[in-house]
Amino acid sequence: MEKRVTFRGWLLPLCLIAPQVIISAVFFFYPAGQAIWQSLFIPDPFGLSMQYVGLGNFEYLLSDKFYRASFVTTAVFSVLVTLASMIPALFLAVLADRLIKGSGVYRTLLIWPYAVAPAVAGVLWLFMFNTRVGVVSWYLGQLGYDWNHVLNGNEAMGLVVVASAWGRISYNFLFFFAALQSVPRSVIEAAAIDGAHFWRRFFGIVLPLITPTAFFLLVVNVVYAFFETFGVIHTITGGGPQQTTTILVYKVFSDGFVGQDLGSSSAQSVILLIVVGLLTVLQFKFVEKRVHY
Amino acid sequence: MARTHQGMVEKRGAGLWLTHVLMILGVLVIFFPIWLAFVASTVTQTDIIRPPMPVWPGDQLWINYKNALFSGINVPVGTMLLNSLIMAIGIAVGKIIISLLSAFAIVYFRFPGRTFFFWMIFLTLMLPVEVRIVPTYEVVAGFGMLNSYSGLIFPLIASATATFLFRQFFLTIPDELAEAARVDGARPMRFFWDIVVPMSRTNIAALFVILFIYGWNQYLWPLLITTDPEMNTIVMGIKQMFPSGDDFAHWPTIMATSILAMIPPVIVVVSMQKLFVRGLVDSEK
Repeated sequence: MEKRVTFRGWLLPLCLIAPQVIISAVFFFYPAGQAIWQSLFIPDPFGLSMQYVGLGNFEYLLSDKFYRASFVTTAVFSVLVTLASMIPALFLAVLADRLIKGSGVYRTLLIWPYAVAPAVAGVLWLFMFNTRVGVVSWYLGQLGYDWNHVLNGNEAMGLVVVASAWGRISYNFLFFFAALQSVPRSVIEAAAIDGAHFWRRFFGIVLPLITPTAFFLLVVNVVYAFFETFGVIHTITGGGPQQTTTILVYKVFSDGFVGQDLGSSSAQSVILLIVVGLLTVLQFKFVEKRVHY
Repeated sequence: MARTHQGMVEKRGAGLWLTHVLMILGVLVIFFPIWLAFVASTVTQTDIIRPPMPVWPGDQLWINYKNALFSGINVPVGTMLLNSLIMAIGIAVGKIIISLLSAFAIVYFRFPGRTFFFWMIFLTLMLPVEVRIVPTYEVVAGFGMLNSYSGLIFPLIASATATFLFRQFFLTIPDELAEAARVDGARPMRFFWDIVVPMSRTNIAALFVILFIYGWNQYLWPLLITTDPEMNTIVMGIKQMFPSGDDFAHWPTIMATSILAMIPPVIVVVSMQKLFVRGLVDSEK
């Protein structure tokens, strides 16, 4: 879409767009270019010179069992976070949708966790499951279950998943609730007159009508799990034990900053760039559909 | 959002009560971590390190919060709160200003490179800071912006989302207004200030809410570039309060800090709920 009426001149618009373009160039494109460039080199141990290795960094990465494991970890983590945040959210939204009065109050309360930063959410959940003082781990201990996410990889994964999904429930709830509210009443009533009970109506009519929202949330939540959960992992597990919670973004950080392995970290950045690109395309496809709906 | 016409579906008393009960249970489960953090911020360290900790608040609220705010562990939490506030407002206001200007240029002018710049802005969507950590750090270090507010703010203020949102909105402003302004001989910037900005008020407010939360909740970036505790933001500073060795963390202070870290964004979200929901939906479109 284009405006029919525009103003003349080219100097003014260039000045107007300049701040954004300059910031994008300096802090987005130049660093991204650097990442691509550096991914082709290996610096010597003293950082004095760089040796060109072509796609060597990538070959090395893809044969590295820790990096491949990190891919699997990220996939498992994203799927679990997405499910753990969408299913409770849908359940709560269906409940809120059934209420005539009071849904506003519940909505106000349910928004809270969205405002809590992932890193703070991490600290809250770490506190509950702390191996020495955590309330939940203590009660689990009383029941005979020895909780220790510091040593047990599955428990660590479970904890970072729940802590990451928690704040996301608010977000998903808002979107599901809005979608449910826009399902035409008349359709549901017609089905009710035909004798369809609640679950029948839900799976037969309501769910198909809100699938565009569900797909949209699916993509958005995967993006969230990939890129915005760093704070949760850094506060709770630090990627451990034995890298069982090291997702790709965390690995770029730990190899690049902690391990100072620049070539490998840059190559990982480039791979992530490709992943973001694909996810963005996917997001646009689904958002497009949602708008038409 | 109440429906005006509530039909024959779902009116039964028992079902309604069950719904309320389930809903309240859901809210309680969701709130439990926050409640526990609050309780922990009102009791003594001894209450906590001898589990199970109490479930109801104690009488140490004032002492714990005073301790956190004015002494903290590495640095007073008051300082971190101020840093977070400057960063969050800087990012929100900065993003809004540069996005308003660039969207105005893209919509209301035809100039050389317009399409190129448009795509360039679009592509920044695909470059979140998480994937270009090391090189961006090097750029900021090169400018000497480590441990500074500009280092915290500038790398995060170019936003394609805000630009597209404003572009979308500007396209709905009737052409007659721009036409009239041109006939009256008004300069473009006059039109921008007198017509475009006032008309965008609601969008600006909704976006501010979303961007404030975004800026406040940043973790990775402040973690990388603020090595000086005086420059820590509260969200990243909490983790720094944990001892590195085997010592007990001082939980009452840490939990008081966590509560303090969530108060400003919660206030913003809850008090501006309508704008927030609107901003959320708009910015995802």
